[in-house]
Amino acid sequence: MREFKIAQPRTADELAALLAETKEPVAMMAGGTDLIDELKSGVATAGLVADLQAVAGLAGIVPEKEGLRIGAMTKVVDLDEDAAVARNYPSLRQAARSLATPQLRNVGTVGGNLCQRPRCWYYRDPQVVCRKKGGFNCYAFQGRNKYHAIFGGSGCFIVYPSDLAPALISLGAKATIGSVKGDKVVPLEQFYALPEIDGRRENILDKGQFLKSVWVPAPKAGQKAVYVKLKERGTWDFALVSAAVTGVVQGGVFAEISVVMGGVAPIPWRLRKAEDVLRGKPVSEALVRQAVDEALKDASPLRENGYKADLAFAALKEAVLAAAA
Amino acid sequence: MEKNPDKKHPGGVSRRDFIKGMGTGALGTAVLPPLLGQTIATRKGRVPVYDKKTITLTVNGKKASLTVEPNETLLDVLRDRLDLAGTKKICDRGECGGCTVLLDRAPVYACMYLAIRADGKAVKTVEGLAEGEKLHPVQEAFIEKDGYQCGFCTPGFLMTTSAFLEKNPAPSLDEIKQALSGNLCRCGNYAKIYGAVDAAARKMRGA
Repeated sequence: MREFKIAQPRTADELAALLAETKEPVAMMAGGTDLIDELKSGVATAGLVADLQAVAGLAGIVPEKEGLRIGAMTKVVDLDEDAAVARNYPSLRQAARSLATPQLRNVGTVGGNLCQRPRCWYYRDPQVVCRKKGGFNCYAFQGRNKYHAIFGGSGCFIVYPSDLAPALISLGAKATIGSVKGDKVVPLEQFYALPEIDGRRENILDKGQFLKSVWVPAPKAGQKAVYVKLKERGTWDFALVSAAVTGVVQGGVFAEISVVMGGVAPIPWRLRKAEDVLRGKPVSEALVRQAVDEALKDASPLRENGYKADLAFAALKEAVLAAAA
Repeated sequence: MEKNPDKKHPGGVSRRDFIKGMGTGALGTAVLPPLLGQTIATRKGRVPVYDKKTITLTVNGKKASLTVEPNETLLDVLRDRLDLAGTKKICDRGECGGCTVLLDRAPVYACMYLAIRADGKAVKTVEGLAEGEKLHPVQEAFIEKDGYQCGFCTPGFLMTTSAFLEKNPAPSLDEIKQALSGNLCRCGNYAKIYGAVDAAARKMRGA
């Protein structure tokens, strides 16, 4: 790793002021398990790293009147082991448990997972200056693209790797963004931005802003939530395709349903067309097939990733049938 | 990167200020508070920033104080500065588990953890597992059940296993596999490793 300085702000106000007033680029380190890899390979360079570890009030899972607040610096292991999460948001626990390894979950944070950089092998190669790094081309588009996007790619075909994001978005989570101007709350779905908006980042955080917490609404009566992750290895793998389904089932039909997929698009991908098909009709495998076919009308698979269309059906079938059971 | 940011802008630390700070710091490291850094002035107060920091770790029960730079990993500090070479540097990218140590009792990859962030924490390495000549039950079980072949990944497996069995004293085979999923064995000795973990669990709960 090249040398850098490290700032250790003690309050969210100090952090906000540091980010706003420092002219050189500041890299924020939450758990650091991904940033350190990028600093070692040279994909990321930073003269100044802001260590979020000592910032008061950023960690912790706090029950609130109408939901649960999860601080950005909450460790993934704490999410996995939290009783309220297990009781009210089973899909979130499944997602937390499915990601990385025990060692990484002991250090990695919720905020870090939600803001992690993509796994695209062209992006991760320090020799390659691709669109995401300010270059002109996406090398995956005509190159090796087995793990790349089938939805939403335009100029850049990464997939968003987070497991927590699809589960949280499907549960209706909101993100609180901090800055010197005060806190701003946005639906987590709108926290992410497609490459057509800015190819160099995956979310809406501007200079000076940081993710402070996420808030998940209290579950509705009869709410079911399932996260299904399909991967190549049994453990310790990013999703090829994942599906997060949250729904309320009444008399064998989904009165409400929200479907978000991971591993298929540069951002967590909400399948509204599939939701429209699934809502209000008796749940069956054929209905899921119809829902996926409707959603796949928006897909543009690349040369090596057409299989993700089949996995999308498999993941959604498993999640929907489990939620409806 | 700009090495000497303009002293006037509020977000920078001038090298001159830093060297001035070092002058007194270096002379008096034994007595002065271990603040080798500077601060960045912001409208919300001065934020500490470090080129170097004197940290205190409790390593295998003993206090160790040393000055580290921000880009030093806990792994490099343990192996190269504290002579604890039992923790192995294999992939150095958080992908193999060979460098697993316990940080405040939780297994972590020492290669993906900055030493400067471990200030004030307790670290346990494989050297701290046995009590004198008395091996830890996990070590005994790995020997008895041939839980290793070349042995290079073994320190990592021992650390992960010892922390896991404190949390889950009677694990199923599937739970063992999940718990050890962050440690790789290139010899492929997994079947015997799982057997060793099971044997260690029985030893530790006296079954």
